[in-house]
Amino acid sequence: MTSSWRGGQGSRGARGGAPLPLLLPALIGLAFLVLPLVALLIRAPWRSMPDLLTSTEVWQALQLSLVCATAATAVSLVIGVPLAWLLARVEFPGRGLVRALVTLPLVLPPVVGGVALLMALGRNGVVGQWLDSWFGITLPFTTAGVVVAEAFVAMPFLVISVEGTLRAADPRYEEAATTLGASRFTAFRRVTLPLIAPGIAAGAVLAWARALGEFGATITFAGNFPGRTQTMPLAVYLALQSDPEAAIALSLVLLAVSIAVLAGLRDRWMTPS
Amino acid sequence: MTRSVRRTRRTRRTLQVTGAGAAALLALSACSSSDDSTSAKSDAPASASASGKLSGDVTVFAAASLKESFETLGKAFEKAHPGTKVTFSFGGSDALAASITGGAPADVFASASPKTMKIVTDAGDASGTPATFVRNQLEIATLPGNPDKVASLKDLTKSGLKVVLCDKAVPCGAAAQKALDAGKLKLTPVSYEEDVKAALNKVVLKEADAAVVYKTDVQAAGDKVEGVEFPEAADAINDYPITVLKDAPNAEAAKAFIALVQSTEGQKVLNAAGFLKP
Amino acid sequence: MTDIEKNPKVRQSAIGAPSPAHEGTDARREGLDARLVVERGSFRLDVALTAAPGDVVALLGPNGAGKTTALRALAGLVPLTDGHLRLDGTELDRTPPESRPVGVVFQDYLLFPHLTALDNVAFGPRCHGATKAQARAQAAEWLERMDLAAHAGAKPRRLSGGQAQRVALARALATHPRLLLLDEPLAALDARTRLDVRAQLRHHLADFEAVAVLVTHDPLDAMVLADHLVVIEDGRIVQEGTPADIARHPRTDYIAHLVGLNLYRGQAEGHTVRVDDTSSVTITTTEALTGPAFVAFPPSAVTLHRDRPTGSSARNLWRCEVAGLETHGDQIRAALTGELPLAADLTTVAAAELDLRPGAAVWATVKAAQTHAYPA
Repeated sequence: MTSSWRGGQGSRGARGGAPLPLLLPALIGLAFLVLPLVALLIRAPWRSMPDLLTSTEVWQALQLSLVCATAATAVSLVIGVPLAWLLARVEFPGRGLVRALVTLPLVLPPVVGGVALLMALGRNGVVGQWLDSWFGITLPFTTAGVVVAEAFVAMPFLVISVEGTLRAADPRYEEAATTLGASRFTAFRRVTLPLIAPGIAAGAVLAWARALGEFGATITFAGNFPGRTQTMPLAVYLALQSDPEAAIALSLVLLAVSIAVLAGLRDRWMTPS
Repeated sequence: MTRSVRRTRRTRRTLQVTGAGAAALLALSACSSSDDSTSAKSDAPASASASGKLSGDVTVFAAASLKESFETLGKAFEKAHPGTKVTFSFGGSDALAASITGGAPADVFASASPKTMKIVTDAGDASGTPATFVRNQLEIATLPGNPDKVASLKDLTKSGLKVVLCDKAVPCGAAAQKALDAGKLKLTPVSYEEDVKAALNKVVLKEADAAVVYKTDVQAAGDKVEGVEFPEAADAINDYPITVLKDAPNAEAAKAFIALVQSTEGQKVLNAAGFLKP
Repeated sequence: MTDIEKNPKVRQSAIGAPSPAHEGTDARREGLDARLVVERGSFRLDVALTAAPGDVVALLGPNGAGKTTALRALAGLVPLTDGHLRLDGTELDRTPPESRPVGVVFQDYLLFPHLTALDNVAFGPRCHGATKAQARAQAAEWLERMDLAAHAGAKPRRLSGGQAQRVALARALATHPRLLLLDEPLAALDARTRLDVRAQLRHHLADFEAVAVLVTHDPLDAMVLADHLVVIEDGRIVQEGTPADIARHPRTDYIAHLVGLNLYRGQAEGHTVRVDDTSSVTITTTEALTGPAFVAFPPSAVTLHRDRPTGSSARNLWRCEVAGLETHGDQIRAALTGELPLAADLTTVAAAELDLRPGAAVWATVKAAQTHAYPA
């Protein structure tokens, strides 16, 4: 995609390629998104940066953020892709309602999502009390709890993206596979999954980015303890209470790392070879 | 060691103070209806009634823990001074201070800590010297009935007990740390919460067994939590300063509102919510 | 391949364990015996199909007739509302598609775009239990047979239409189906490739030892590839028989149009057929019949005249008007309206001499000897 855009610009020139009624709002849009980041960069306390970056708490939070966001993305993939398949391929009564329910975490304020998670999976939650009494599992205040909270908030992005790709994909490939003796699951695994891989990758990146920046549900459900549940956004928020400069510096670290990861992924996975 | 784990007594006390608050309000309305001489009840010399006619909007930026009591006082103020309207903005003191230094138009700032007030005074946004109008003391919030038999701050260090504290970056966390230091105790919580309400909610939702929060928060939570006082709290008492702001659009009314807060009636309402006298 | 034959799924159907209900009906054991009833809203498909191993059956019909639905029902991709489906004596009505010994070549082939030609062909054997190496070896063999060994490593988008068609055929055949289904196997090809591929497909189908059913709307494909035609219109079989039979005795306008004949239905009385739905037009024929009958004659049998012919011996003479003209190679086909709707073929020279143009009035004659009447 990148190459065709570049090709278009090279052959026809920027003026011929992009009409003003599109170019102008596009540039405003770009500025709107980038300007706050630029402001962060300008106001960043570059001098105190080295001290901040060598503090173990920052590294701990960063490491935890990356691990949890990746785990949450993995969880979302394992249960979100089949859910997307169900929504896209199986007709069942109330499908529209289920689809709306799936997107609910998108509109729910994350803090409310966190409270809802506590009520469901907390020590006294509807399901959580059984987890506790039967298996001795409690999720709040644990790293697993962070993953749960992040997955809850991030999974809808994956499901929506994958469902869209599935709907656009030709279901007859699955039929072709079944006529060759593949069970519906084999057809999904060996044919559908590779076909929708770009959509899954895009959805996973969205989910990962959302999980990485997750704050409200995480702090509400999993609390805030350095090294265990304190991810970067939590560290940033709390730094903001006492030391806004440190908060800016931490935000920049989070931004830099996510940009590096996303750019790396894009080069490796998201450009057609 | 003062131990005050008494569910029944506490409930009774709540009822009492609610009664006191109501009485204070009655007194205020009585004062407004009879207009003059009865204002001898007020111990604030610069009382609103002295300045004569007040009107217009008063915008009060106040710490979140003041919400219930200030709203009550706001209504009383409007009743005492027809034509005025009190608008509140409750939030974390730090956020409020940031808005004020950022130029938000407000008349009064009531902060939960001298530290956040200092941000405003340092920026030159306060008019005059802030006055401490209440103090807040820490209390342990436990599950209803205190099933873990928490009687002291030291009891919180028992293993297996899930305790939440406020993060050190916010006032209640700093105060808790001070109290722990005073008792030479080392406590590892399951979480450092982002604010006092979040810490309290973990106990309300029964996810944590105990939290170190303010007396006012325990009070506000009603019977959803049970309060346990502890002596180390005396070493970590939090002062609440209040001030008129320099660019106050309605400085007269702002002064009158602060006077009300500092008056006997105002203090009664605040005491009812669990605040201590300055 | 031996490994595949060892596979219980395939072997069972190959041996064709007879169900008790049909024991003794030997003729039904081998090949296809189906009555397909599929209801979809207001549409109802109801066709009976039988075929012996080695037969190639073509389902011919206009768009929307239900050909593809019939094919999908055979493959198990559409459930039967009613009827039955037996293949080599085994009931398949309730068998899911993946367990049916059926291979399908889809209209646009549906080669898996992420797999090479080799892996596309190996997909079926792999699903039937072969190891990766065995499946690939078999696939390589099939590609070899299809003259595609050089393209084994190519992804489908790098294959030409004809090559893709052969890969699709190899993929379908690699599971050793007892029923091969081809949905418009040549429709996706351009005219040039089509000629070659049709010849190759004919060759491969001739080699195929089980039943093949192909769906097409192209009569030429049907006639070249199949030895039995089933014409479906509006969900029902309107005619079936050998290609020659159907070409000679079309029973509906659709078929007549397909095979390029003028077809009329009417009441015969001796050598005259009074055509239905006209103002008492009659056609004189050589055959003498009585009762309902069809009359057919090719467009080439029609002669056109600018003025009413006087000396002509033709008994069939009608006044018509040119409705449209169409070039067919070096011929021109004229569509005529008037007393009798007609298609007439004439050379470009003749058309120029007659100064034919839409709206022109002409006289059409047809010699009785060139008509063909048969009972309806």
